[in-house]
Amino acid sequence: MTLDLEPVWLTLKLATVTTAVLLVVGTPIAWWLSQTRSRMKQVVATLVALPLVLPPTVLGFYLLLLLGPAGPVGQFTQAIGLGTLPFTFAGLVVGSVIYSLPFLVQPAYNAFEAIGTRPLEVAATLRASPLARFFNVALPLAFPGLLTGAILAFAHTVGEFGVILMIGGNIPGETKVLSVAIYDHVESLEWTQAHWLAGGMVLFSFLVVLAINLLGQRVRKI
Amino acid sequence: MRDLDLAFQLDRGNFKLNVAFTAPGVGITALFGRSGCGKTTVLRCVAGLERAAGHCRLNGDAWQDDGRGLFLKTHRRPIGYVFQEASLFMHLSVRRNLEYGLSRIPPSERRIGFDEVVSLLGIGSHLGRDPAGLSGGERQRVSIARALLTSPRLLLMDEPLSALDHTSKQDILPYLERLHDNLRIPVLYVSHSPDEVARLADRIILLQDGHIQASGSAGEILSRLDLPLAQDADASSIVDATVLSHDEDYRLTHLAIPGGALTVTHLERAIGARARVRIQARDVSVVLDASDTSSILNILPARILEMREIANAQILVKLCIGSDKQTPLLARITRYSRDRLCLSLGQQVYAQVKTVALMD
Repeated sequence: MTLDLEPVWLTLKLATVTTAVLLVVGTPIAWWLSQTRSRMKQVVATLVALPLVLPPTVLGFYLLLLLGPAGPVGQFTQAIGLGTLPFTFAGLVVGSVIYSLPFLVQPAYNAFEAIGTRPLEVAATLRASPLARFFNVALPLAFPGLLTGAILAFAHTVGEFGVILMIGGNIPGETKVLSVAIYDHVESLEWTQAHWLAGGMVLFSFLVVLAINLLGQRVRKI
Repeated sequence: MRDLDLAFQLDRGNFKLNVAFTAPGVGITALFGRSGCGKTTVLRCVAGLERAAGHCRLNGDAWQDDGRGLFLKTHRRPIGYVFQEASLFMHLSVRRNLEYGLSRIPPSERRIGFDEVVSLLGIGSHLGRDPAGLSGGERQRVSIARALLTSPRLLLMDEPLSALDHTSKQDILPYLERLHDNLRIPVLYVSHSPDEVARLADRIILLQDGHIQASGSAGEILSRLDLPLAQDADASSIVDATVLSHDEDYRLTHLAIPGGALTVTHLERAIGARARVRIQARDVSVVLDASDTSSILNILPARILEMREIANAQILVKLCIGSDKQTPLLARITRYSRDRLCLSLGQQVYAQVKTVALMD
């Protein structure tokens, strides 16, 4: 038996890049949601939560149309010389970011909410600008929530299947991630290889959830 | 123009605020009233944490002026704000908490030194610690120091003692009194505690249901029988006294007050020095003639200016020492005593003062 480990590395790479992008994109969204009194708040919050309830195939289908050569985003990426994103690693990142967005934004939002207005008001009376208040009061106080969100988003991206199959396909080294590889092995009746990868996923998931629980316990103690 | 000048109007349906006042740029001005009267809202509007229609100026500098569409954000106002709960940053050490505001003040604008504040509030030994390990009183002292280190031109204090237990309160009050004496920063002090107001305030603004019920010097407001402060169990009179002489043998000090004199246990003060004393209404009794048969030191000739029946068949008596405009003194007696002694307005009596507390 030969076990091809390339999907494992590709998966870890995808999850890492996705989590990094999510921290940059999702944290401001969570912060905005926690601070705004805009009537758009519930609309944005619902959009962010939508990937939780939509079948991944639905999400993947629309992403495919949107990013494809005829879609508005696809035409834009072509116009600026990036080509089209479906069936590329970059396309997977876009899909994963959208798919895992609620897993980062919701814990981050809860953490920002839990800070309350008081520490930020105190910082304002101590001459801190809004930006300074975000970086040296809100972020440090919300750090455990952000960390939980990042771990969840990472793990969720590792376990992603439907969206990837729709917009990424099965290109080795480019879009063939772990879940797709397992699916392929099972389709080809390669049970041993499937077992190794699937068993590894079970172990990995166990460790991730354990880490979050231990983290939560430590934070409660502080 | 060394003063605070403000006017705020706010309409939130069941809560309406409409206040306007000026307060001099020195001393402690207390905003006193029951919870829900709007005193905290006024303070938050001064800080820019909330917005009401109107204006707010300090020493001629406008922070808010609706006529010109001007509204400075909180972090651009030279204020210090002490909240009801200490609200220290739990992720920073005590020292980093203190430096949070200080580091944002250009060195040329710092008028209050780090070491000065730390020693004034007695927090030198806590600098390296985490806020979580401090007692409530210690935390509040750190938060006061943190606010002072921004060299504010106006200090806003929102019931800084109300979240503390009795011991911590008694522990922190002397620091506030030192603050009052040592720093020349005007303070707007929100409180619903008559005791704190009597101890700290130079001027009092009484708020009721979002409007000003009365305002004036502490001595005047505290002794007005129609206002809630005089009717409180802790009602007291504030008297400005001067050290007249010392009796070394009996370890006593004689104080001159407008229209009379008081004798207190020995004070370590030079003759001619000022002393502010507080006399609680419950420590003053009324007698018809001065006898030498009492152990009470201070039995002062006084005249009855006003009487008012309050709860529990108690009578609040406003006396004056000397002429009508001189020292007012509150006494609380029972209705039974009033009737037995046949007390009437204008009557000449003697005030027996059991306890005189020094305030500064």
